[in-house]
Amino acid sequence: MTDILVFGELRGGKAKKITKELITAADRIAGELGGEINGLFVGEGAASAAEEFKGYGFKRIFYAEDDALKNYSTEGYAKVVSDVIKSTGARYVLAGATAMGRDLFPRVAARVDGVMFSDCVDLRVEDGRAIAKRPVYSGKVFIEITSKDERPTIVAIRPNNIPPAEPKGDGAEIVKQDSDVTIDTIRAIAKEIVPLAGGRPDLTEADIIVSGGRAMKDASNFKILEELADLLGGAVGASRAAVDSGYAPHALQVGQTGKIVNPKLYIACGISGAIQHLAGMRTSKVIVAINKDPNAPIFEKAHYGIVGDLFEVVPLLTEELKKIL
Amino acid sequence: MKIITLLKRVPDTEARILINQEGTGIREDGLKYVINPYDEYAIEEGLKVREKVGGDSKVTVVTMGPEEATELIRTALAMGADDAVHIVDPLLENAGPFTSAAVLAKVIEEEGFDIIFCGKQAIDDDMAQVQTILAEMLDIPQVNVATEFELSDDGKKAVLSRRIEGGDEKYETALPAIISCEKGLNEPRYASLPGIMKAKKKEIRKKTLADLGFETKPQGGRAEIVRWLPLPKSGECKIVEAEELQDAVKELVRLLREESKVL
Repeated sequence: MTDILVFGELRGGKAKKITKELITAADRIAGELGGEINGLFVGEGAASAAEEFKGYGFKRIFYAEDDALKNYSTEGYAKVVSDVIKSTGARYVLAGATAMGRDLFPRVAARVDGVMFSDCVDLRVEDGRAIAKRPVYSGKVFIEITSKDERPTIVAIRPNNIPPAEPKGDGAEIVKQDSDVTIDTIRAIAKEIVPLAGGRPDLTEADIIVSGGRAMKDASNFKILEELADLLGGAVGASRAAVDSGYAPHALQVGQTGKIVNPKLYIACGISGAIQHLAGMRTSKVIVAINKDPNAPIFEKAHYGIVGDLFEVVPLLTEELKKIL
Repeated sequence: MKIITLLKRVPDTEARILINQEGTGIREDGLKYVINPYDEYAIEEGLKVREKVGGDSKVTVVTMGPEEATELIRTALAMGADDAVHIVDPLLENAGPFTSAAVLAKVIEEEGFDIIFCGKQAIDDDMAQVQTILAEMLDIPQVNVATEFELSDDGKKAVLSRRIEGGDEKYETALPAIISCEKGLNEPRYASLPGIMKAKKKEIRKKTLADLGFETKPQGGRAEIVRWLPLPKSGECKIVEAEELQDAVKELVRLLREESKVL
């Protein structure tokens, strides 16, 4: 049995974009090992998400939506997910390596006596086994890992690593999953979500990131990076040096003790390229470095570089892009 | 209040990590080890809770790791923790999250607990699983990636913020619970000189698997590392130059559009 369950994460009642990336990964495994692919949505918007994903090659899509599941709780969601894993006999469970996935699935793994691989960047089949690739030591090296036996294997995959699936196949059967979760049995629960100021995409999901380092000199100077990021529809990041100097909040930190990012374009402004920063952004498809110091280590990892003062280069870049975008 | 903080010994963030010759792990020679950075926030939060609750509250550090972890435990004791349990056993080398959680659960049950603080993840295997599996084994809730923590006056619950994509999730939990800590939760204190002197006299209780009643490594054998892979070599950086900076910027934009096609 190599049946696969895809966990479609909902945010604000909508399926996150990682869902389609997980379907691609599921197709790869099912393509080689056989087995059916089922989907699961839990929480507010689950019923309509199940409907939306009807034409993506799923055999069945389970959904659970009621008052006790409206707000995220590890305990409530773990109960539903574990029930579906057990009832479908899923061998592989694919989830996003997101804040929710990272919180929820270790508990699910414990409930189904399974195994979990966190923060994977790839999943493929080799010698009849599904092998996940994941960074360790904050991306300074990678391992390929597989389960030793037939127990349920949860693979949490980071956003932006696998291309999204296209619609295909006949409509899935939609199955309402009854949940016996009641609000009074939940000991820890999310009350509300307070969005970060700025309304920019999250660093871990952004296609383009403009990041600033110690050379930003002051929090107010991040304005020039924000202008460039907003023009490109991107996110703003910062190095640890900038965060520790108080120029940017920790929520924006990219690196080993911050966010691990994987955008199409990463523009590093006034960032020297300390090893712990590189650990957080080195998998970016294209890296541009802007730095006054031609010997800055960031140039060894960058694809394109301009040796110059970021306070001159960044505004020029913004102006130039305004002309063509 | 009985407060447990978990501490792991990990390579320093600035360490260069290389794969060993056999391809079975990393080269450990010459590596500098530190307290897992996120665990420092856990220790600090534990100390703050002890200060707030007062009475006979106590902070106990629990570490699973090699003999050499002792000096890092001493640092935590110098910061102000009261005592420590150090589980040392060669069978626990490269333990997976289920094994670690099972061993920690045993120790923590023996010690007793009202609240447990730990880092959001260890920066070596980066799994971020142990605390949540541990919570399941202890049958208590967990809140991961906490950036704010406030204990209620009666000590029975806590309100927290936890970092999620694009925002903060306001959370409420009953206690006992496990709280995994994110940078920004607090500013970890430095060990003072009197603290360092006092730490020398504080008790570190060493335990082996056998001491904990395990005949063999518990809950192991779930995963197999197929291979270790180095980072792909990075290519040459194209330095864009021109007489006028504006022309260099123009050329950069052209390259991003036409050569790498990211714009």
